[in-house]
Order: sequence, then structure tokens, then C-alpha cells
Amino acid sequence: METLSDQNWLLTVGTFLPMVGVLVMMFIPRNDETTHKLIGIVTAGATLAVGIVTLGAFDYSRADTLQFFVDAEWIPVINSNYTVGLDGISLPLYILSMAVTFLVMVYTWDNMPEAGNPKAFYMLMLILQTGMAGTFIAQDLILFFVFFEVVLLPMYFMIGVWGGEQRKYASLKFFLYTMFGSAFMLVAFLAIFFQTGAESFGFAHLVEAGASIDRDVQVWIFAGMFLGFAVKVPMFPFHTWLPDAHTQAPTQGSVILAAILLKLGTYGFVRIAIPMLPEGALEWAPVIGILAVIGIIYGALGCLAQTDMKRLIAFSSVAHMGFVMLGISTLTEFGINAALFGMVAHGLITGMLFFVAGSVKHRYHTLEIRRLSGMLIQAPRLGWILGFAAMASLGLPGLAGFWGEFPAILSAYSPGFGLSEALYRTLMVVAAVGTVLAAGYLLWLYQRTAFGEPSEEFGGGHAGGHGHATHALSAAVNTGAEEGADDHHDEIYDVTPIEWIAWTPFLIAIVVFGVYPQLMFKVFDPAVTSMIERLGASLP
Amino acid sequence: MIASLLAQSSDWVAPTIDWHALAPEIVLVIGINLVLLLDLQLAESKKWMMATITGFVLLVAFIPVVTLAVVGDDVRSLFDGRYVIDDYALVLKGLFLLVAYVVVLMSQTELEEGGYYQGEFYVLMLCAVLGMVMMASSRDLVSIFVALELLSIPSYMMAAWNKRARKSNEAGVKYYLMGVFASAILLYGMSLLFGVTGSTLLTDIGAALADGELIGLEVVGVVFIVCGFAFKVSAVPFHQWAPDTYEGAPTPVTAFFSVASKAAGFVALMTLIFVAFPGATDVYGPLVWAMAALTMTIGNVLALRQTNIVRMLAYSSVSQGGFILMPLAFAGDADSTGAALNAVIVYLLVYAFMNLGAFAIVIAVSRKTHSGEISSFGGLFGYAPGLAVAMTIFFASLAGIPPLGGWFAKFNAFKATLDAGSTSAYVLAAIAAVNTVIAAAYYMRVLRVVWMDEAPDGDTSPVQTPAPVAAALAITVVGTLVVGVLPNIVARVGALDALTGAFIGG
Repeated sequence: METLSDQNWLLTVGTFLPMVGVLVMMFIPRNDETTHKLIGIVTAGATLAVGIVTLGAFDYSRADTLQFFVDAEWIPVINSNYTVGLDGISLPLYILSMAVTFLVMVYTWDNMPEAGNPKAFYMLMLILQTGMAGTFIAQDLILFFVFFEVVLLPMYFMIGVWGGEQRKYASLKFFLYTMFGSAFMLVAFLAIFFQTGAESFGFAHLVEAGASIDRDVQVWIFAGMFLGFAVKVPMFPFHTWLPDAHTQAPTQGSVILAAILLKLGTYGFVRIAIPMLPEGALEWAPVIGILAVIGIIYGALGCLAQTDMKRLIAFSSVAHMGFVMLGISTLTEFGINAALFGMVAHGLITGMLFFVAGSVKHRYHTLEIRRLSGMLIQAPRLGWILGFAAMASLGLPGLAGFWGEFPAILSAYSPGFGLSEALYRTLMVVAAVGTVLAAGYLLWLYQRTAFGEPSEEFGGGHAGGHGHATHALSAAVNTGAEEGADDHHDEIYDVTPIEWIAWTPFLIAIVVFGVYPQLMFKVFDPAVTSMIERLGASLP
Repeated sequence: MIASLLAQSSDWVAPTIDWHALAPEIVLVIGINLVLLLDLQLAESKKWMMATITGFVLLVAFIPVVTLAVVGDDVRSLFDGRYVIDDYALVLKGLFLLVAYVVVLMSQTELEEGGYYQGEFYVLMLCAVLGMVMMASSRDLVSIFVALELLSIPSYMMAAWNKRARKSNEAGVKYYLMGVFASAILLYGMSLLFGVTGSTLLTDIGAALADGELIGLEVVGVVFIVCGFAFKVSAVPFHQWAPDTYEGAPTPVTAFFSVASKAAGFVALMTLIFVAFPGATDVYGPLVWAMAALTMTIGNVLALRQTNIVRMLAYSSVSQGGFILMPLAFAGDADSTGAALNAVIVYLLVYAFMNLGAFAIVIAVSRKTHSGEISSFGGLFGYAPGLAVAMTIFFASLAGIPPLGGWFAKFNAFKATLDAGSTSAYVLAAIAAVNTVIAAAYYMRVLRVVWMDEAPDGDTSPVQTPAPVAAALAITVVGTLVVGVLPNIVARVGALDALTGAFIGG
């Protein structure tokens, strides 16, 4: 691993800059809310700026090599170093995490969840950002583990303090599931460390030495890592924390969770489990493939059964991550490229859908699909954005979602390294059925919420957005008994300027990557190719 | 008659005493007398000075520990190797003195406001600390036993210090009866070992046990000694005294027991395992394995059900003991031995910070709420965000979440265990992995109350944290964070490959 540029401070600064914001905010009194929001946004903006500089300084012609590489002593007693670096696989995710955090913070400017206290909320988001970025740059198992776990507590508190009705249950469930996975993951990390001669936790060393471990041992170690990463993805049957966490989390939490946190799991498979344990991966690949496809179908059927918009989007995440895992399980260059693309696309699209869901909740005070209708009349721009995101999510060609889903299915046609073609072609067919179901539930959702006349309850019945005041009153009288919580409805307004600022980059990115996917594939591809080559060299 | 005595003592040679090596103990002895005498002279209104003086004595005792560490890397062996000052002993002496200092900070206001006797309390505490400091150096059955009693007997009295409260009396009596019972078992085991091996010196015993097959009496002796110390470290099934004693005793005393007394028990156990029992690996290995698995599991499961925070911390401390025991089960394994010693010492250091911190928070908050119920912590994040964040740091650290100190302690315990590489090691590690999840459940439940619940009775008046408690909190927060982010600091202290050699040579 040679150092390609002398700008290797970029990653460390980019990762730890948010902590500076946290330190500053610590010394400012809590009731100075605007200052806190400003500091938060400025810090995240500065972090993103560092990210963009990184993007510019990255040498794309050598995207398969680790760049901005730093290898400093950290815990020599256990042979663990502060090793960070960025290659084509991690670059897009690293930048995505910075962009999403920044935009979510902008969105929070006038969409603070009800529990208030922006100081704590912004501080938690900044800590979260450090954890996420750190996970993508870590090149040492222990460092990776530490960053991987850092995100746990902030997310636990975000869901638990600022979430919905069932927030306490959902947050604890999220926490314990992840904790369970990572405990076994840590044991697996230690096992691979000792099996490779207890020399180093560095990725480079383990990728080289890991292949020589006995096959049976590899299978066991892979099982431990599988538990840790599969819970995070989440894969069927470890997904049950996800619908609860997503539904109960505040909008900001849902967006970050969907856009970045889930990717930590899939990233772990691509970066750690598969390259380090080739034979274990080969043994596990069919299992992963089958579970992924079960996830696709199960998630889709789950969606069809939902009555809550946010919960529906959450279940659609299970299905989408199923496509990503199917791509990974083929162990082909094509499949893993598709999976990586799918990760970013899902982050953008589902993040966008959660934003819309949050704004719907903000206006209608409900996410019951049954009670919503006619969004296109009352808030046409919001309705259109929902439609756009739904189309992208169901994989409409020309939008980003397509390039994650379609190649993943295609890659299952000829899986790598002698994996059973019969099995994978069956999986392919079933996954294709999943895309049809996806179109079904997303269009159904859109039809029910956006089409039709606005319901009486929310001041519908009058043309456009006029006369809401009187109607809200009568609606309050009519439904007051059954809906005590939201007995007065504000006027249903369209997308606000702050929302435009936060959302436009998402919308643009979805279109740009949809029209010109090569923009991202060319970053992934060299790194994926060299990874598959190494895999091929170490497999019989 | 005098002549005959003189004749007997004629071949007695006064041992050469290394005064520098004994300086910490000597400072403590002088301190004990000083506090005792001053207490007689001081007017009631000036008793608050006792805490300050005690803290001062502890800090002075810390100086020779530092100078000894700086001066020499050579092992100072006194009294024919019965009392050894090496790196291992110095690290632990430093730990005990530091823990005692933090406990003094935590006790000060509690004792003043609770109307307790103050002078006597500090005298007893210093005696207990002297016992612990001696324990770190003892390499002989007799000196281990003397050190153990020196730290135990004052502890029994401290547990019952709130003498008008029934629970405190119960705590003291229970602790006393169980403690005496444990001492008896221990002494029986020691006498058996002495009878079989003909020596009380640990290195001699080690040599005798390693020589040929173990005979029945040796096995019984080893088992009895391990079980005797299992009481001290409240390992399952010898843990029943812990929750009642912890709940009944004044909170600073509980903090002292759960950290310092427990650490002293582990120190003795470690010394015995590494110096005297290397030949008896097959005897203590499975025993410690089973105790570790049971201790962490049962401690955790019972902690889940607690509604009182001190009882919960008591069971949590039982279960943490299981994690400390885990690597000791593989202390006899050639691969693990150095790592196991390292892991236990690192764990004790980190555990001291985070557990003392947790108790300091309980003391600070219960000054306002006057309750030990977990529900009384509701809304803390709203009216005392600083305390809430500190509490989050300690509890998350106890749960083992990076980047807080606890993760490194747990990590090291796992690492030392897996270093053995045997199936039983992997099974124990898997049990421990499941247990970290169970433990996270109850630690997070407390944090949930702190962050997400409303204050009971809507009482959101701020908490007045007295300066000494705030100082204790500052020390423990900084300790927990620094160890978590830069674990190398403690890892180096615990990197004792050379030290295992010192043991055997000592």
C-alpha cells in the first residue's frame, strides 16, 4: 500500500470535524436554539466541503488502490493501528454519509421533532456522522468495530427521545439486535486475528492471510461476521427491528438509518467478510442468496399488508436490501457492482421517501394511508415528489433505482466460482417477481395517497387550498371524538423553501445517476475487479 | 530464662528491610494513627477535615508508588520472597490508592450530611486500603491471609455504618457471616496445602504442585482456596451476600466494596493462580470456567429484574466479575497466560473508573430524589443534562460500547480467552457474547428512564452536586473516555509479559 498523495490528512479531518462542532456546542446554553442549529449546519457543511475536496483529490484512474492512506500507531499492544484509507468502494458511501447528514440538518432547521432540544439533537447527529464516516474509511478491524459501534448510542437516543408513540420499545429493540450481532462479530474478528497468526488487524494483512485458513474454520468465522452484518443490513430473518425502528424514528433518524446505517452491514460484507474469508464466503453465498430473495418477497408482501405509509417504506427497505444482498451473493464483479450501486441508490431514494413521509406527517398529523388522499390537489409539488421517489424506488429505468435492481437480478443468471446455476436462476426468477410486487405496492401507495379528492378530514372538498379554516373546524367537530390527538389541522401547505433546499440534491442525484450510471460504476469497478481477482486467486 | 530466649534467637538475623519498597504501607500506617489521634482532638464542627486529611494521606502514599515505578525495573523481594514489590504490585497499589481517593471524595458530603461518625470511618477505610496494598505484594499464604483479614474486618463495620437503619445492619451482619465463612474455607484450604507441600511460600507451593501428579489433598486445597476467594469476588454460586450488602450499606461504601474489595479478591486469586497453581491448571481451569459462565449469566439475568438502582448495580457487578474471571479460566494455557493476566488487570482498572462513576452519579442524584428506585431517575436529561450525559458514559461503558473504556476491557477479556484457541474457549466466548447483549438490555433500560421518561412528580428542580462528588465524577469521566479512545495507556500498564516472569522468579 503506497501513499498516493500527501493529502492524507483529508480523511482524518473529514471524519473528526463533526466532533469539533460537538465540543463547541457543549459550551453553549441549551436555550440558544438558533445558534445550535447554525453550528450544527455549519459543521456538517464544512465536513461536506472537506468531503468534496476529497472527491476532487481522489485519483480515479487508480480507484482500486487505497488513497489518502494513513497508518499510525494506536494500540500496539493488541497490534491494532489507526489505519485509514479510501478506495472506489468506500468513496461514494463516504461522501454520501456527509451529504445526507448535512441535508438532514438543513431539513431540521424548521422541522425539529416535537421533543425539542436542538442542542442534543444536533450533537447526536454530528456524533453519528463521525461514526458513519469512520466506518467507511477504517482499514483495521478494531478501528472498524469501534466506529461501527459508535453509531449505536446516538441512533438509540434519536429514536428513543424524538420518536413516535412506541419509541421506547423500538429503540431498545434496535439496540439489542445490533448489539447481539456485533458481539458475535467481535468474536469472529478475534478468531480471524488468531487464525492468521495474531499479527495484525489490518485489512490488507487479513485479506492476504485469511485465505489460508482451513475451510471449516472459515465457515465458522464467516458465520460470526454474518450475524453482525446481516442484522445491520437487515436480512431476513433478522429484519424485525427495522420496521419498528423506522416507523418510530423521527424523520431525520429514518433518513439517516435508511441512507447510511443499513449500508454499514452490506459494506461489511463487501469489504471484510468476503475478501478475508473467500472459502467461507463461497459456502455461505447460496444461503445469503436464498435469504436475500426471501427478504425481497417477504418485504414486498409485508408492504402490501401495511396501513401506515412509513412502515410501508420501511418494509420496502427490507426488499431493496434483498436485491443488494442477492447481488453480493453472486460473487461476481457484475453483481457486486450492482450491489454497491444499489446501496447508494437505495440511500438516496428511500431517504427521499422518508423525507416525504415526514413532511406528510407534519402536515396531516397521520400516516394512515386510508385517511390520506388527494395529495396532488392539496400539495401538488409534495405529491409529485412522492410520485417521483416512488417511481425511482420501483426501479423505473432512467432513475437511479433501476441500476441497483436490474443488474443485481441479471448477475444471478451466471453466479461466480461454480455456484449452482440452477439455484441462482431460480433466485433470479423469484427476485424478478419481487420487482413486480414492488411496482404493485408503490403504485398502490401512490394511488391511494396522491390521487383522488382530498378527504373531508383534511379540509378537502373545496377546490385547491382555499377555505381550509372553516373546514378544519367542522372536521374537528366530526372527527374530534375518534382523533383526539389531532383535533385541529393546520392548513395543508406545499413544499417549503427549506424542504426544497434539503431535497433538491437528492432529486438531482437520483436523475443524474439514473441517466448516467457510469459516473458511479467507473468509481466502483476497478476496486471490485481487483477484489474479485484476488478472490479468484485464492479459490480453487 | 532470658538467657535461653537469647540463645534461641542467636541464630536469628534481622531481615534487611528495603524502606523505600515499604514506603506506601508505612505512609498508610502513619496516616491511620494520625487520623485516629486527630479525630480525638477535633471538635465536632471541624470533623469535615477528616476527609481532607484522609485524601491527603492517600495522595502521599501514592508518591512512593510513583517513585518506585520510576526508579527501578528490578524486582524488590523482601522477607525471603514473601513480600514482593514488582510492576504488578505497583500497578495494583496505585489502583487501590486511586480508588480509595475517589471514594473519599464521594463519601465526604454523604457522611457529613447523613450524621455518620466520620473519623472512625476514615480510620477503618485506611485500614482496609492498607490491607489491599499489602495484598498486591503478598506472595505467601500467611501474608495473603493477613492482608485479606485486614481489608475484610473494617469492611464488615463499614457496611453497617448507617447503624440506625435496619438494612445497613443486615448488610453488615450478612457480609460478616458470609465473609467469616469464606475465610474459614480459605484457611482450611491453605492449611491443607501447607500440610501437603510443607511451605507457605507461593513459589515453593508452585514447585511442589508442578512436581508429579496431583494428589487428592492438593486438589481439595486448591478447590477450597479458589472457592474462598470466589466469595470475596462474589462469583456465583457464592454471590448471595452481595446484593443485600450493597443495597444496605451506605452508597459510597458500596462503591468501595464493588470496586476495591472485589479487585483485592481478584488480585489474590491472580497471584495464587499464576504463582502457586500453574501445576494445578486442570483443577482450577474447569472450576473457574464454570464459575465465569454462571457468574456472568446469573448476575445478568437477576440484574434484569431489579427496580432499585443499587441492587441492579450489585448484580451488574456480579456479572462483570464473570467477565474478569473468564480469562483466568485459561491462565494455564501456554498461549493465553500473559494475555489473561493483562486482561484481568486492564479490566480491573477500567472497571474501577466506570463503576465508581456510576455510583457517584447515584449519590449525586439521590441527594435530590432521596430514592434508589430506577424510576426516580426519570427526566434527568431534562433537568440535569450534564449528569445525564455522564451517566450515559458510565452505563454505556459498562455495557461495553466503544469508544468508552468498557469496550477495551471486554475486548481484552475476549482476546485473552480466544487466544487459548480451544473449543471450550470459544464456547465461553460465545456465552460471554450473549451476555453482553443481556447486560446491554438493563443498562440501556436505565438510560431509557434517564433520557426518555418524565420526571416523577414533575419535580425538575436542578441537582446540586457538591464539589467533591463533582471532582469524583470528573476523574471517572475523564478516565473512562481516555481509556476508551486511547486504550494503549492502560494496555501498556497491563502489558505484563515480563511480569509473569517476575512472578516465577520472585
